[in-house]
Amino acid sequence: MERRRVFPHRVLPYLLVAPQIAVTLVFFFWPASQALWQSVLIQDAFGLSTRFAGLENFRTILSDPDYRHSLGVTAVFSSAVSALALGSALGLALMADRVVRGARAYRTLLIWPYAVAPAVAGVLWLFLFNPTVGIVAFALRQVGYRWNHLLDGREALLLVVLAAAWKQISYNFVFFLAGLQGIGRAVIEAAAIDGAGPARRVVSVVLPLLSPTVFFLVVVNVVYAFFDTFGIVHAVTGGGPAKATEILVFKVFRDGFVGLDLGRSAAQSVILMAIVIGLTIVQFRWLERRVHY
Amino acid sequence: MPMTRRRWLTVAATTAAVLKPTLVRAETEIQFWHAMGGALGEKTKELAEGFNRSQSEYRVNAVYKGNYTETMTGAIAAFRARQQPHIVQVFEVGTATMMAATGAIKPVHALMAEAGEKFDPAAYLPAVTGYYTTADGRMLSLPFNSSTPVLYYNKDAFRKAGLDPARPPRTWPEVGEAVRKLQAAGLACGFTTCWQSWIQLENFSAWHNVPFATRANGFGGLDAELRFNSPLHVRHIGQLAEWQKTKAFDYGGRRNEATAKFTSGECGMLTESSAGYAGIKRTAKFEFGIGTLPYWPDVAGAPQNTIIGGASLWVMAGHSPQAYRGVARFFSYLSSPEVQADWHQFTGYLPITRAAWDLTRKQGFYEKNPGTEISILQMTGKPPTENSKGLRLGNFVQIRDVIDEELEAVWAGKKPAKEALDAAVRRGNDLLRQFERAHR
Amino acid sequence: MVERQPVLTAVTHLVLVLGILVVAFPIYVTFVASTHPLEDVARAPMPLRPGDRLAENYAAALTEGLRTVGGLPVGRMLANSLVMALGIAVGKIAISILSAYAIVYFRFPLRTVCFWMIFMTLMLPVEVRIVPTYQVVADLGLLNSYAGLTVPLIASATATFLFRQFFLGVPEELFDAARIDGAGPVRFFTDILLPISRTTLAALFVILFIYGWNQYLWPLLVTTDESMYTIVVSIHRMTSVAEAQVEWHRVMATTMLAMLPPVAVVVLMQRWFVKGLMETEK
Repeated sequence: MERRRVFPHRVLPYLLVAPQIAVTLVFFFWPASQALWQSVLIQDAFGLSTRFAGLENFRTILSDPDYRHSLGVTAVFSSAVSALALGSALGLALMADRVVRGARAYRTLLIWPYAVAPAVAGVLWLFLFNPTVGIVAFALRQVGYRWNHLLDGREALLLVVLAAAWKQISYNFVFFLAGLQGIGRAVIEAAAIDGAGPARRVVSVVLPLLSPTVFFLVVVNVVYAFFDTFGIVHAVTGGGPAKATEILVFKVFRDGFVGLDLGRSAAQSVILMAIVIGLTIVQFRWLERRVHY
Repeated sequence: MPMTRRRWLTVAATTAAVLKPTLVRAETEIQFWHAMGGALGEKTKELAEGFNRSQSEYRVNAVYKGNYTETMTGAIAAFRARQQPHIVQVFEVGTATMMAATGAIKPVHALMAEAGEKFDPAAYLPAVTGYYTTADGRMLSLPFNSSTPVLYYNKDAFRKAGLDPARPPRTWPEVGEAVRKLQAAGLACGFTTCWQSWIQLENFSAWHNVPFATRANGFGGLDAELRFNSPLHVRHIGQLAEWQKTKAFDYGGRRNEATAKFTSGECGMLTESSAGYAGIKRTAKFEFGIGTLPYWPDVAGAPQNTIIGGASLWVMAGHSPQAYRGVARFFSYLSSPEVQADWHQFTGYLPITRAAWDLTRKQGFYEKNPGTEISILQMTGKPPTENSKGLRLGNFVQIRDVIDEELEAVWAGKKPAKEALDAAVRRGNDLLRQFERAHR
Repeated sequence: MVERQPVLTAVTHLVLVLGILVVAFPIYVTFVASTHPLEDVARAPMPLRPGDRLAENYAAALTEGLRTVGGLPVGRMLANSLVMALGIAVGKIAISILSAYAIVYFRFPLRTVCFWMIFMTLMLPVEVRIVPTYQVVADLGLLNSYAGLTVPLIASATATFLFRQFFLGVPEELFDAARIDGAGPVRFFTDILLPISRTTLAALFVILFIYGWNQYLWPLLVTTDESMYTIVVSIHRMTSVAEAQVEWHRVMATTMLAMLPPVAVVVLMQRWFVKGLMETEK
């Protein structure tokens, strides 16, 4: 992204960046380093007895077959959620950008799910799919399919993927739409005059112009799928049945928050952080090359 | 403009008038963090207000801090930041963690003794307080909301199946009989359970007077090992697995989701906490009854007594003796018969003292609400043994998760009972050893 | 829309309606659940049509909310949520847009370092570092204060990242034109960059406002004074009743109420969307 023209000022940029850096240092780096320091300790919940343990926590985790299983579940889960959320949102945004009549209503209705607090969203999906009282489960029973995500691992995974993607569609939709509406009408009209049909316009004109937004959303969605989906999994399946939906971040919170084993939880966070940083670097290196600024 | 003498006096008088209220209201504030939401939360607040009204030296401030997990983590975070509350409500599975944190808590018996507050351990129902006392009977935390599992059964369905609605099954073979008849009469499922680990393994062990873990279920030390894969346990889970195949037993979820299966009429019987009574009464559109937890009649010593679930109040270290005196007085207030009887009748949780139990009986509550005394009778029938006082196991929240997972594999037909229980014991023991290591 | 193609328009509407059905169905269920008595909600299957208890449940939610938070008016809780949401949204936007501006339009040593430092905040989720963050806030004496509620949540990378993307996409010609006109960085920012950022700003404001509005864990931890609780906390409060029965119909009614302000924000921002769009057309 080089070869840009910039202002020559020396001091001003530091001033502009200072507030965020200050907040980041005090409220992120300082607590985060403490949290990560705990990964090399073995201590009780209250911090009353602390023992330096080097890499012991890491060794225990990596040699745990459950952890490796969780890695696999997470890979499947994250890809599915990101793909579903991005694809659906893009499609809906393209449609919403086209219409004139009823536009505002459509947009509000599609953004509404994002306003639902995450834990409540999880409960809603549970409501819908509960094998006994759920409406969707009931409907499925009518057509002969006995839905029971409490016993079937694949159904459980499908359920959390749907629930997690559902919340994220609204988020993506908001940004896709904003990006689309930022593309001047003039450009689209020029392409139309050149004889490009709607589909061609989308592929050759709109998407490239939208690519900065797309890149942003891809990165954010991957991070979301890895990190922010804890609430959904916790509310809907609790990681079960038999660990079918136990994604890495769920393990982290379970061990830290619920199990109060902060050392192990911190060690898992370190590994998780490394994975996501790796993925992000890959995205920046590889994907950003294709972004048209 | 110069400050004349009159002006100074005015200032002084105004200042005094403003300060005066603050000087007089020098109540010691006591922070009480709890996890009671909804109507229970309002009742808890009422308890605090009642205490505040009854005296003027202390003021208990009851604050809702999230669910059990969030409240406990909040208290721990607060302790690490030296902001801990005076009292915190901790669920029973967190007992070992709290107990092991000797520098962070103040045991109730010590609190009462130091505050010079009258305290008679014998006045409390041993089965209720047993969970929260040391091996030699000294109280560590005050039981607050305790319940025990009972059997709910659908009387209408019983009539339809030709069973006597006044006679709930008392043993597991009788349950099998009832289930057969219920399903023959058209019911989709015979019975289901909530809180499978708590009811079908933990309480199962206590009710049959067999160990759940060594070292008196962990009361004797951190080096306890799990024992719920004994032949009796395997036999019981195996029987349930058999029944799951024909939906004589149908699994409904790890916590209390299965209640809906009962109240919707799908399943004819339900083993669930006694505290679920109010909810069931409200939702079930049929007549239902309450019976004791079933047992295997060929096991010597069964039925013994069931153990409690719920939460207790822990006192945190690091506060002034003045504040602790207030906490002690609050605990005395909570233990008084009138307060306990009222709490018990409103919430469905068990009373913690014999006096409260007697008072409730005298008030005719059990006659007006048949079946509500069964839980207490079930717990007080015999004095607790070392297998039935409760559990004192570290990392128990995670151990319950492990048990849930392994049992789910059994219900799904993926593992035989013995293999699952062995795996659960093995994984659970790992967790226990981790806890032990962290507290060396 | 450029051409008039009735078929395409019809398809577009169809897709949107389908999308709304799928996306909004759970919300519809919430609404329906809030209009029935508890017995119908807790039994299988819940009816799909709205019930007859709408007025009763909502009235109870509004006044009951009074009771469950110990006599605090619902208005106070809504005010807390509002202050938090606004503070976080405005705060994040303000510091992020400045940082992104610096990173894109200036060259200075540590530029890349700053960007990655800011970006790193995405890599470690809040819940993992929440206990040490609580400690820092306690040490700074910010417990039970609006500052303590909002400032720690302002360290966000998404907004900075988004603005970076947006600024990188701004045509260089605008920059050159401004320089020729003799505009300095401040003028360029306020007169050129800000106006064309309207749609992005509006979108971001909506997202961040809702993010701040739905905060649960942090306010719970950082305040011991229930008068500082947000409305989302009160919803959670209604669901944590140990073994007792959750009053689902009340929870759903309160959830619907709690969604109204964010939706109002969305509707208002939409006006700004359109206005901003029309302005750039000129």
